[in-house]
Amino acid sequence: MKTVFEPTRGMTKVDTSYCPGCSHGIAHRIIMECLEERGDLGNAIGVVPIGCSINGHHFMNIDMCESTHGRAPAIATGIRRVQPDKIVFTYQGDGDLASIGAGEIVHAAHRGEKFTTFFINNGIYGMTGGQMAPTTLIGQRATTCIDGRTVEQAGMPLRMCELLATIDCAVYVERVILNSPANVRKAKKAVKTALDIQQAGLGFTFVEFISTCPTNWGLTPVESLRWIENEMASYYPVGNFRKPEGY
Amino acid sequence: MSKVLMKGNEAFAEAAIRAGCNCYFGYPITPQNEIPEYMSHELPKAGGSFVQAESELAAVNMAYGAAAAGGRAFISTSSPGLALMQEGLGFICSTEVPLVVLNVSRGGPGVGGIQPGQADYLQVTRGGYNGDAKTPVFAPAGIQECVELIYEAFDIADKYRNPVIIFADGMMGQMMEPVELPEKKPLISAEQIRTQKPWAITGTDHHDGRNVVYSLRLQPDVLEAHVEHMFEKYAKAERELARYKTSNLDDAEIVFVAFGTMSRLCAEAVELLEAQGIKAGVIRPISLWPFPDAAFDEIGDKTKLVISTELSMGQMVFDVKAAVNGRWPVGLINRTGGVVPSSVEIAERAKKLLEEVK
Repeated sequence: MKTVFEPTRGMTKVDTSYCPGCSHGIAHRIIMECLEERGDLGNAIGVVPIGCSINGHHFMNIDMCESTHGRAPAIATGIRRVQPDKIVFTYQGDGDLASIGAGEIVHAAHRGEKFTTFFINNGIYGMTGGQMAPTTLIGQRATTCIDGRTVEQAGMPLRMCELLATIDCAVYVERVILNSPANVRKAKKAVKTALDIQQAGLGFTFVEFISTCPTNWGLTPVESLRWIENEMASYYPVGNFRKPEGY
Repeated sequence: MSKVLMKGNEAFAEAAIRAGCNCYFGYPITPQNEIPEYMSHELPKAGGSFVQAESELAAVNMAYGAAAAGGRAFISTSSPGLALMQEGLGFICSTEVPLVVLNVSRGGPGVGGIQPGQADYLQVTRGGYNGDAKTPVFAPAGIQECVELIYEAFDIADKYRNPVIIFADGMMGQMMEPVELPEKKPLISAEQIRTQKPWAITGTDHHDGRNVVYSLRLQPDVLEAHVEHMFEKYAKAERELARYKTSNLDDAEIVFVAFGTMSRLCAEAVELLEAQGIKAGVIRPISLWPFPDAAFDEIGDKTKLVISTELSMGQMVFDVKAAVNGRWPVGLINRTGGVVPSSVEIAERAKKLLEEVK
């Protein structure tokens, strides 16, 4: 019988530790599919920092290292210096990237580091149990803002794509949303483009995934998909913010 | 090979290049600024990479990434910068990645000052990181010795798969001395990374199996077993890395214990005391961790007093007391804040301490 589909070799044959309805599994899969399609699974090095996705190295079937909280862009910078011909990426959540690691991501972009950052934005701290993130929406409840986030208390949610797109050497900045098969296909296209640009050595590449966290939102997986479509996407518009000519 | 006159910091940077360092990550902080400056133009010529990091926090993590990928990584800083690097150092110990760290230390606490200090003794020997970990620490007394220790430290770090700290005070970084530089080693090749560092993350096409460099161990028994494994390495380091030099111990009434710049001043103080009819000797720990306890077994019958001599409020003195273990009274001669005492001051204060115990 002709095989029409099989799981990517880029994922290990291990059940993930992610909650039902969480977007991590989809994001992992499309990144690994892109690496496999490029023939780069054996040529890739990933960095996973503190957060739910630190477990990513159990599931992504490539060489990886863990990172302290927020420091993955610095670590990837070091890896690229020693392994300049490898595909290097960081895979970071929003507490990690937009809060404790805001300095490292801005400066990796500013130096035009030739690696790709995959940014999982679900508007909350997942692993630690649902605290407010810099990306938590106004009015959204979290364990450190139980009546909902307010501007007075915590400012406005931070838009990382818009921020990074102001940096010249961040050559590819795109936001995608993992809410439907069509949008997952678009997300995969963005991942592929980012990796192509990395390989071309044009500069820093960044893909933000608007993602779900049903457990910490207190929503069902289906409600969570509606939440990212209706609430998150209206504050975090999907689309391309910057790309090099020809891509 | 002939000697060249070099400023300490530049000689230290050149020593790292000659040791085969292929990546350096620096951040400006006085009094070590000549190191990133030198590395920025000389390391690329030698085939390596220089990055000016956005902070010490980033620098230590860049070095971790580079070393995890098989590089011979080097970072330098000064005291407050080392405090910022502590998170990374503990993490790197846990992940078993080699790294050479040079601390050209200054006075503290806080931002402190920029004159020489040794008040990082506890920071380097005990660490400011969380959890159980150790880093071998070597304290040179001059530029030549510092060059040799940096050159060797890369191999020690590789052997133990652990950070190694070179603790040179700001005096050494800023002064000039004639120095004989060691031979330049070739840069590590991809093939050497594969054979010598089979754990390195270089892509699964480039080694057997799949490599993951990690620290997180959520199962307590698994984490305990890992820490015990680390401490087996540290027990080996205690046996293999303890280093010291002694002078004039046989008939000494006073034994100074001093490292770095203070050991040189103590050597002068010994001569000043000798001229006044007082015999004194010096124990100079070269390794601060492991602390060279064995040196104290060489102290002779005539000794009445052991004096820890430090550029701090007294930090090494605790290790000195532990090594002395009640055999002699232990005194302290110290200045701090970047003040370096003269050999005359040391000799005078030693005489007074001796009178007190007689």
